[in-house]
Amino acid sequence: MNIWMYILVSAAVSYLIRVTPLVLIRREITNRTLRSFLYYVPYVTLAVMTFPAIVEATQHPIAGLLALIAGIVLAWKGGSLFLVAVICCLVVFVSEWFLI
Amino acid sequence: MEAIAIDSNRTCFQRGLRDGMPIALGYFAVSFTLGLAAKNAGFSAFQAMIESLTNNASAGEYAVFSLAAVGASYWEVAIMTLVTNARYLLMACSLSQKLAPDTPLRHRMLIAYDITDEVFGISIAVPGRLNPWYTYGAMSAAIPGWGVGTFLGVAVGSILPLRLVSALSVGLYGMFLAIIVPPARDNRVILGAALLSFAASFAASRWQLLAGISSGVKTIILTVVIALAAAILFPVKDEEGASKS
Repeated sequence: MNIWMYILVSAAVSYLIRVTPLVLIRREITNRTLRSFLYYVPYVTLAVMTFPAIVEATQHPIAGLLALIAGIVLAWKGGSLFLVAVICCLVVFVSEWFLI
Repeated sequence: MEAIAIDSNRTCFQRGLRDGMPIALGYFAVSFTLGLAAKNAGFSAFQAMIESLTNNASAGEYAVFSLAAVGASYWEVAIMTLVTNARYLLMACSLSQKLAPDTPLRHRMLIAYDITDEVFGISIAVPGRLNPWYTYGAMSAAIPGWGVGTFLGVAVGSILPLRLVSALSVGLYGMFLAIIVPPARDNRVILGAALLSFAASFAASRWQLLAGISSGVKTIILTVVIALAAAILFPVKDEEGASKS
């Protein structure tokens, strides 16, 4: 498999997803089920990708679990994208200091 | 149309550039961790940067790097990119309502290039109609941050100690949490769907019967099943969906 082909395929799909509605659809989608499906997709797919992957990404699973909990609590309290990402990293860095 | 007439394109661009600065800083840190994933998948710093500059999608790119790492087929990459970036379809639909109906095609095609959670977020928050130049200003800040961060993630990632790499590798998941959790807090259906997704994803990773199926395909199946079930059981009201991200 060629890396440049991976880039080409993902770039083409990414752009088509974004440009198609802007160019073709000038009205809102009316099909309620389709609207609802698209509305839930990002949350579901990101959740599926986050767990258990976050626990498996770190050297020690407990560190990943602590980062997951810290990230959820901070995001719940309205922490920004940037802040949540950085704090998760810090939690792993500090906790692995004790765990390993 | 009045809103566009009042503010010149230059003013809108500068305002977008200003609002895009914090996005650029956040992107730099996040794309750095993305570069680590790219490196694991065998991408050079230049290739990873091109992937970032042509995709502008954290979760989508992460999926591509994960699939590339295991030598997945191009079809798998195409479908995963479609699934992980499906939210941009909805955002683009929403943004098409925000533009003046007579906005020329070239503007629509340029804006489409960088519809991300954040650039979309600030573009849709502009009062009245969206002047494309506002989005161009934000893009001018956000895109370099995203590209340079990815490049350095690959280039400098290798000289970082394992402990630091381990810590940075959760940055992306932290970002995903920042996207999922606030709407889950305010919407019980999203909360239920997210918790169910966690559980199903965990079960799928442990279930021996599914051991032969790639994680990318598992993600597609779980996403379609859970999101479709939620859509049928709890269809969103008319005010939700396209108007919110």
